[in-house]
Amino acid sequence: MTNARRLRIGFIPLADATALLVAVDKGFTAEEGLDVDLVREVSWSNMRDKLNIGLFDAAHLIAPVAIASSLGLGHVKVPIVAPFGLGINGNAITVSPALYEAIKAVADGDIVDPMVSSRALAKVVAARKSRGEEPLTFGMTFPFSTHNYHLRFWMAAGGVDPDEDVRLVVLPPPFMVDSLANRHVDGFCVNAPWNSIAVDLGIGHILHFVSEILLRAAEKVLAVRQKWADDNPDLLLRLTRAHRRAAEYVEQPNNHEAVATILAAPDRIGVRAEVILRTLDGKLKVSPQGAVRESDRYLLVGRAAAARPDPAQAAWLYAQMVRWGQAPLSREMLAQAKAVFRPDLYDAAMSSVDRMPDSEPKDHIGAFAGPAFDPDDIAGHLAAWKIPRQ
Amino acid sequence: MAGNRTGRDTRKGAGPLGNSPDQTLKIVIVDESEIRAAILKEGLREAGYVEVIHISEMTNLLDRIYKIDPDVVLIDLENPSRDVLEQMFQVSRIVRRPIAMFVDQSDTASIQASVDAGVSAYIVGGLQKDRIKPILDLCISRFNAFSNLQQQLDVAQSALTERKVIDRAKGILMTEKNLGEEEAYALMRRAAMNKNMKIVEIAQSIVTAAEMLK
Repeated sequence: MTNARRLRIGFIPLADATALLVAVDKGFTAEEGLDVDLVREVSWSNMRDKLNIGLFDAAHLIAPVAIASSLGLGHVKVPIVAPFGLGINGNAITVSPALYEAIKAVADGDIVDPMVSSRALAKVVAARKSRGEEPLTFGMTFPFSTHNYHLRFWMAAGGVDPDEDVRLVVLPPPFMVDSLANRHVDGFCVNAPWNSIAVDLGIGHILHFVSEILLRAAEKVLAVRQKWADDNPDLLLRLTRAHRRAAEYVEQPNNHEAVATILAAPDRIGVRAEVILRTLDGKLKVSPQGAVRESDRYLLVGRAAAARPDPAQAAWLYAQMVRWGQAPLSREMLAQAKAVFRPDLYDAAMSSVDRMPDSEPKDHIGAFAGPAFDPDDIAGHLAAWKIPRQ
Repeated sequence: MAGNRTGRDTRKGAGPLGNSPDQTLKIVIVDESEIRAAILKEGLREAGYVEVIHISEMTNLLDRIYKIDPDVVLIDLENPSRDVLEQMFQVSRIVRRPIAMFVDQSDTASIQASVDAGVSAYIVGGLQKDRIKPILDLCISRFNAFSNLQQQLDVAQSALTERKVIDRAKGILMTEKNLGEEEAYALMRRAAMNKNMKIVEIAQSIVTAAEMLK
């Protein structure tokens, strides 16, 4: 193992690629004897295909794509495993100033409460329908995406049927802001830094951090093919360890500025470091007028066991696929989905045990609506909802 | 999932094999590069596909595609809007006719070739595999031809830029040091050899320095 082993890893320019980008650019991968070629990608479809056919050894991937690929949903079935979680939370829902005012005007309470905002949205939707207006349109990043499920979970809780009452459309993250500006969409759910960019331009209000909707929501994972993991256990161990060290580095608040500078580079995320810093600090400007909202859960990179792949999260994502008609409900599929998230591979790369603190939600999810989530009872989860009517 | 298509030629998707390409197949090219799209369009026309429509504007892409109602959609892999097409896999209210990405699972070489070339093909309404294979093969060869062309163009372009920088540096040396053209060039070449750098790098630093000293 004297020669550095060359690895090609794909990433999308988003703040939740932090652990990967820092692992490489701060030299943690090099210290593990890995020579990593980071390749910036433009779409999740490309990422999936290039990982599947082996053009990439590993990828920064939205968790539901890893699961869909393993289950063969929508595409070729290629089993994927995730030895490392690239982050918990990090998404936000942003709406146009017009929709923000409309929601606020009919809200029964403080719209920082997602149940209040969701019910208010239902009223706005009903009023538009009665006036014969076009349904509201929301952007999200991919059919199998956390953004899709987070939007749906939030709006359905207040009585909006995401398939009947509004339009959900896929938009690549870099197009989100333009689409909001030229009124192709009324709102969107996307990862950092795009929500902040919309606020800075005065065309959007951040309505919710996703951490207000779900206390713990697995977002991106470090994904490799199952076959690659089986063939390269040592490389996988080293790659995971480098990520762990990067995540620990990122979680030191006095490193935030250095991290933001790394991520801001033109060939990485390519936006101003200050915008990325807001995400890392969890201090976001939420309105064009300058209001700031703070959260210690905006994006968890390595703290509170955020990096340890959690099969309960995989089960929750699979449950959303079933709820919204993307996957059938079966015990086999549930087991396959859970098997994508591999805490054992993560633990193997750790020198000490990394467990979720007791202060974290008991059901590992902490949703703002509905009963506690039981990863072994998807049918129970589905039965708790009025929408969609199965 | 494919569903029956009403009001259109029902022979589609079940046509005879081995004949000349079905001229009624409607093909959409989604590509922001006008030149590449033109090259591809020309290739498809030559091969007998007459209904080829190019979309270069990405806003409201789904609506644009629905208005055309194609049988095949081709998209370049540099295009972030590829993810928008994936939405059409799903059956939902806004997706009228589901599509699928063309992947011949028995033919990994062809998947590899298409990703390498940078193009992806989507088929609408369960079109048969053997009807799209020739289209994809044609795309791959045209896309590769385009990137070769692009490379040659880049090389020519950078040679031109280098030449300009060297000429400017030569001019500066001629004025500042009162040298002839050949002497100025020889001076740069010597400096390049001594410092183990390219002449263009030496020239660039002369130009930069001259600008700063202005």
